[in-house]
Amino acid sequence: MATQKCAETKYLQGRREFFRGLKNLDRRSFLRVSAAAAGAAVASGVAPCRSFLPVTLAQAADPDARKQSFRFAYISDSHLYERSLNDRFVNAILRAVDDVNHMDPQPDFVFYGGDLAQLGQAKELELGAQILKELKAPLKVMVGEHDWYFDMGEKWRELFGKPTYSWDHKGIHFVVLNSVVERDFWTARGLTPMERMLTVAGLDNGLQSPFSVGEPQRTWLAADLAALAEDAPIVVFSHSPLYKLYRAWNFWTDDAEQVQAILKRFKQVVVIHGHTHQLLTNRIGNIHFHGMLSTAWPWPYAPEGMPELTIQMSRPDPFNPNDGCGNGEVRVHPDGLVDKVYNLWNRNPVTVGRNYTSTWGKQGIPPRPNRPSY
Amino acid sequence: MSRSMVSRGGLRLALAGAGLLAAVVLSRPSVAAGQPPDVPRAKHGAASMEHQLQLLAKITPEVDAAKAPAGLDPAIWAAFIPKDNALTADRVALGRKLYFDARLSEDGSVSCATCHDVTRGFTDQRPVSEGIAEQLGKRNAPTTLNVALLQTLFWDGRSPTLEHQAKAPILNPVEMGMPDEAAAVKAIRGDPEYQEAFRRAYGRDVNYEDVGRAIAAFERTLVFVDSPFRRFAAGDAKAISPEAKAGWDLFNGKARCVTCHPMNPSNPLGTDNRFHNVGVSARHRDFESLARRAIQALEKDPSEKGLDELAVGSDLSELGRFMVTRNRADVGAFRTPLLLNVGVTPPYMHDGSLPTLWDVMDHYNKGGEANPFLDGGMEPLALSEEEIGQVVAFLFALSDDRLAGESQRQLTVQRAAAGKQRPFRDEQVALRRKLLFEGRVMDRGGPGK
Repeated sequence: MATQKCAETKYLQGRREFFRGLKNLDRRSFLRVSAAAAGAAVASGVAPCRSFLPVTLAQAADPDARKQSFRFAYISDSHLYERSLNDRFVNAILRAVDDVNHMDPQPDFVFYGGDLAQLGQAKELELGAQILKELKAPLKVMVGEHDWYFDMGEKWRELFGKPTYSWDHKGIHFVVLNSVVERDFWTARGLTPMERMLTVAGLDNGLQSPFSVGEPQRTWLAADLAALAEDAPIVVFSHSPLYKLYRAWNFWTDDAEQVQAILKRFKQVVVIHGHTHQLLTNRIGNIHFHGMLSTAWPWPYAPEGMPELTIQMSRPDPFNPNDGCGNGEVRVHPDGLVDKVYNLWNRNPVTVGRNYTSTWGKQGIPPRPNRPSY
Repeated sequence: MSRSMVSRGGLRLALAGAGLLAAVVLSRPSVAAGQPPDVPRAKHGAASMEHQLQLLAKITPEVDAAKAPAGLDPAIWAAFIPKDNALTADRVALGRKLYFDARLSEDGSVSCATCHDVTRGFTDQRPVSEGIAEQLGKRNAPTTLNVALLQTLFWDGRSPTLEHQAKAPILNPVEMGMPDEAAAVKAIRGDPEYQEAFRRAYGRDVNYEDVGRAIAAFERTLVFVDSPFRRFAAGDAKAISPEAKAGWDLFNGKARCVTCHPMNPSNPLGTDNRFHNVGVSARHRDFESLARRAIQALEKDPSEKGLDELAVGSDLSELGRFMVTRNRADVGAFRTPLLLNVGVTPPYMHDGSLPTLWDVMDHYNKGGEANPFLDGGMEPLALSEEEIGQVVAFLFALSDDRLAGESQRQLTVQRAAAGKQRPFRDEQVALRRKLLFEGRVMDRGGPGK
């Protein structure tokens, strides 16, 4: 007996033999047996012996990381409700905060990707702000549409300041945009603040307008970047993806082309966005796009418009509300490109490395899940 | 835990009134509280091997080992039996002999049946098991009943088959403590009965692989699925009490049990064969520091034996499935135990920390213990006392008829214990009057204050 095989490998071998044996069964028997073995199929989704260190330890062992690159952590899309409606999402963001606080060494900062609240209520935002205060590393916050459209960002600005800003960190220029600006669809219809909020919070709701960055912010962005050289490393944060993926769910920024045009003169730009609650990778010309995971729930993939570079995560397990959710970290290299780590709570973490997007998916391909997506 | 060793002798056989279990009345009563009384004892609190064998013979009549047990689908049954270990009468007989043979332990005091005792629901009914030299392990002994249909073995699923599983405790230093396979084989090789039995069963001399195979073959015959609930599910509406029926509805609804404990014709055990953190070990462990130590320990010794020793004998045991996969998603996650005969296998959970099924219900009613790795399906259930009693009544209706006597006795003992104290009950949390996160966030001057 080969004693060097780990228990997991042996288990999988055993299961493989088990499933091979099934081929000899007639169809009816197979159906019955496969019901009994459903759990084994799920278990085989774990790659054999691909044990991983907690993110923190793996990081400390990477000499490249210590030399010049740095990393920050992210938490996004927590969608907190008031206590009487839901506390599951509160526990989820607390888990993310624990994850990040246990990173050793601590990340340079923590980025919050928007949609802290579900319906823009003061209590929701206050609860979220209180929770994020537990983070040990410095915090940067971006706004999402769920934070904004009850009081048009009044409470959010009181808690977190301006929604549009930039800063430099270790040679990288970081920019945060409010990409969820909607045309006024409410005044003419006489909608109450809550009706406006609920309209924006819904998918497949044709009443609301598509998201955009808008002219004032585009002007600001152009000015903000004006002094930078073409090879300056830039990371832009936006809540919605800064491209057009799927209009009905507002996985979409209406003036994406105009924003991309402002970024065009740079050698390479990274855009990191929330809103889509899933592994999402795209590249348009010089711009490399990465999505963030939600702590609250995973969205299915859009029925059309999926970027080719995206390796879709498989369908979340409906029996595990944590599956498909998570948080993550971003390793920023001196050239401005990033390794994007999706720390899925119920699965092995997935890293989409800079090598993958910079070679247009030819190298550094992340492991494909062996279960179907949707 | 105090146990008095009771000598054999002065036995009088008497059939227990309602049950089919035979109870043996002794001159000196009482072992550990809650354990079957009046049974001749061997070492470590187990019933004597002779007594267990007698009882086993009574409750498991001779059957054709090659056929699927009554009531189980032959196709499913066949799929769970390895090709190199088809069930034969000779293999089962050899396995039975090995299962009850304490010579397989280093000091001759522990057999499989010490901790998987016929009189105690094929467990030891203790929080954690006692091995050679009175050493206590870290985990509760699961029952060996109905294990043939499990997809992985041990609380952390580190073993893929019964054959593989059976070989581990013999070599574990806090269980049966044999230094190596050769020593275990040597302990029985001189016995001409074994020489002949191995030859008949496997056509070979005594060897360690076949020890595992034979024990597995015997364990596959321990199919105990003939419960009142089974008759109820088959259409006999009167087979279980109205209380238990209400419990079955709760099981599938408000109490959310079925999410992880599916019970249906193709999977009658009541386990999803998966691993969940329900917060049991969060009561007394900081997972992060444990996980770091575990990774160092597993890197130093990645062998299967090393894992077995850490899982059973060290405080890293509390990491559960993480020790096998080293995946953060599995921190503090343990195998969903099967539910059949759960009434006769107290105490509960991987560490035996919950003495009664009422305590188990209290644990789930408050949504488990908060920890960062808590399974996403855990949430407060808002079950009333009456509803808790109904689910417990349903759980006791899962006892095989042959264990009815012990099941009835357990119901009485557990009800009495639960009547005295319910240390895991937290009604405020169960009813969401207090939310688990509020202790952490709000009490520090957050919103709502």
